[in-house]
Amino acid sequence: MAEFLQHLINGLAAGTIYALVALGYTMVYGVLKLINFAHGDVMMVGAYMGYATALQMGARMRSSLLGALLVFLVAMLGCALLGLLIERFAYRPLRNQPRLTALITAIGISFALSYSFQLDIGFLPGASPRGFPEIIKDEAWFEYGDVTILNRQVISLGVAVVLTLALQYLVYRTRFGRAMRAVSFDHRIAGLMGIPVDSVIAGTFALGSALAAGAGILYAVKDGVIQPLMGLYVGLKAFVAAVIGGIGNVPGAVVGAILLGLVEEFVVGYTASTWRDAVAFGFLIIVLLFRPEGLFGRVSAEKV
Amino acid sequence: MRRNSLALLAAIAAVLAVGCEKKKTTGEGEAKPAGNNTPVAQGTAPAPAEGDTILLGEVGSLTGAQATFGISTQRGIELALNEANAQGGVKGKKLAVRVYDDQSKPEEAGNATTRLITQDKVKIILGEVASSNSLAMAEKAQAAKVPMITPSSTNPAVTQKGDYIFRVCFIDPFQGAVAAKFSRENLKANNAALLTDNKSAYSIGLAEVFEPKFTELGGKVVDKQSYSQGDTDFRSQLTAIKKAKPDVIYVPGYYSDVGIIAKQARELGIKAPLIGGDGWDSPKLFELGGSAIEGNYFSNHYATDNPAKETQNFISEYKKAYNETPDALAALGYDAARVAVDAMKRSKDLSPEAIRDAIAQTKDFPGAAGTITLDANRNPSKPAVVLQIADGKYKYVTTVNP
Repeated sequence: MAEFLQHLINGLAAGTIYALVALGYTMVYGVLKLINFAHGDVMMVGAYMGYATALQMGARMRSSLLGALLVFLVAMLGCALLGLLIERFAYRPLRNQPRLTALITAIGISFALSYSFQLDIGFLPGASPRGFPEIIKDEAWFEYGDVTILNRQVISLGVAVVLTLALQYLVYRTRFGRAMRAVSFDHRIAGLMGIPVDSVIAGTFALGSALAAGAGILYAVKDGVIQPLMGLYVGLKAFVAAVIGGIGNVPGAVVGAILLGLVEEFVVGYTASTWRDAVAFGFLIIVLLFRPEGLFGRVSAEKV
Repeated sequence: MRRNSLALLAAIAAVLAVGCEKKKTTGEGEAKPAGNNTPVAQGTAPAPAEGDTILLGEVGSLTGAQATFGISTQRGIELALNEANAQGGVKGKKLAVRVYDDQSKPEEAGNATTRLITQDKVKIILGEVASSNSLAMAEKAQAAKVPMITPSSTNPAVTQKGDYIFRVCFIDPFQGAVAAKFSRENLKANNAALLTDNKSAYSIGLAEVFEPKFTELGGKVVDKQSYSQGDTDFRSQLTAIKKAKPDVIYVPGYYSDVGIIAKQARELGIKAPLIGGDGWDSPKLFELGGSAIEGNYFSNHYATDNPAKETQNFISEYKKAYNETPDALAALGYDAARVAVDAMKRSKDLSPEAIRDAIAQTKDFPGAAGTITLDANRNPSKPAVVLQIADGKYKYVTTVNP
């Protein structure tokens, strides 16, 4: 029983981090119908920005609340800027091209980021993995027998829930959200109606990238290590999570991600780690077989 | 699919890099390698394979997950060749080494070996550290009948590739047996759990020997878990191991994973010591593992506090050159290069067959990491040491003989 509970906690902790990354995928897809494969790598860059910021601080500052907030703030702002740049120079020129062109560009950006970060020139960190400083000191908030819940696991879960609610509010209750939904519906017509399409899309990218940076730092704190290829893998898993939940749907992304985190944890815990990816992707296939639009997605008729 | 496209991209990038390098150095008449260029290689004359220079080849992980392995090995080799050159080289010729980076990937190691053989026409190939990479290299070297010495690949299959493949370190069965013997006899462990990297030939090799040996000595393996190199979350496996309540956990992985595993094991409240192999040996282990790595044990090729003359000479020369204490991989790189030089000195000419025969006859060679005598299977028999990590340093615990 204790073992089961511990697996449950581990799985939830992994799932909430997938969720934060999946939210970025789902938002960009919702607005642009673009699968932004570079999203995972933006997360990686965010983790490195957090790492660089934490190293600039003294040891005491680093483990203080203020220090931790500063690490998040710098990385999130930096990544928002990176998201804006990627959108402006890679995706915007292709907006009226076939969707496949933008998709391939996204894969290109993803590789450009993850492989250039393996160089050891200038500010680029090089390929060896780096230990991430403990900006959130591990503290057991709950201990019962063999089961431990750590402060950062609770924080991650809390952050994911709060952000989901906030995004839900943003999309359905604010002017910006209404503009987002209009652009998502048809960006040409939305433009004709006086909605500033470019800035809405740029805003979506900035927001998604900031979320990715936050997720990147939480991920780095959880596993204590960062390396340039971390984004490829986590990005892929978060994408799967977003598809399971119904891509374009905010609560769906979170539920999909947590389900995926739990499935992976239990598979590894009770069978063997070799099964993890097979089961994760098999789970995706089964969900898509029965609900091609994902768990929470809406069926939409596509004109061909 | 994604992996394939990654590999393809890497291949294209490599081709581009080579192309650019060629352009840059056409004036010198010789393409420089894409990887790190050692000072020795920079002294390379335009036609290195002939004339007054003997060219050796090296493939190493200079970047990628096991970068510190490659860098240490390369420094050891460089030091040995500099010493040999200072003493007049071999048969009146200077020695130089051409180094290619394989980014810690077997595919790249294989490609680099082909380049060393067909393009650079090297006399002897040195490398790699990771057994998976050495296996890819040995395939190519054996097919072309170019002698290859791996400094530190411990998987038995490497030298089984053929009669041109040698090594200067002990093999996995021995290392796994050392860990089993040490756990059972020194730590008095009754129950052991295994956590293996199932993507690495090295890790699987050690675990496969540990289990029967530990059982034979009266212990019991209570749980077996696995992970894939590059994973960063090991909590599910560790949670399962914790339930089995082992006295020791055998983790024959590489430092890049072990540091994180140690951290997460302590976080989950596992108090049993972790035991590992020479793959732990890297300064990075401390950075990744922090205080969690303290108190754990691993088997290794040499200890810096070994009083043997060869070891101490090597350590002081290495410190002079690179301003840091050499790890075992540096010592083995140094030994591999010196065995190569010694063989070339003894061989009647520099044909691959003659060099191969000379290496095979290596006997009682005083290496920095123990005396080397190669057996009929081209493996040396030498003792292993067990080290404990204490106060951010390695502490010598005991020596286990074959």
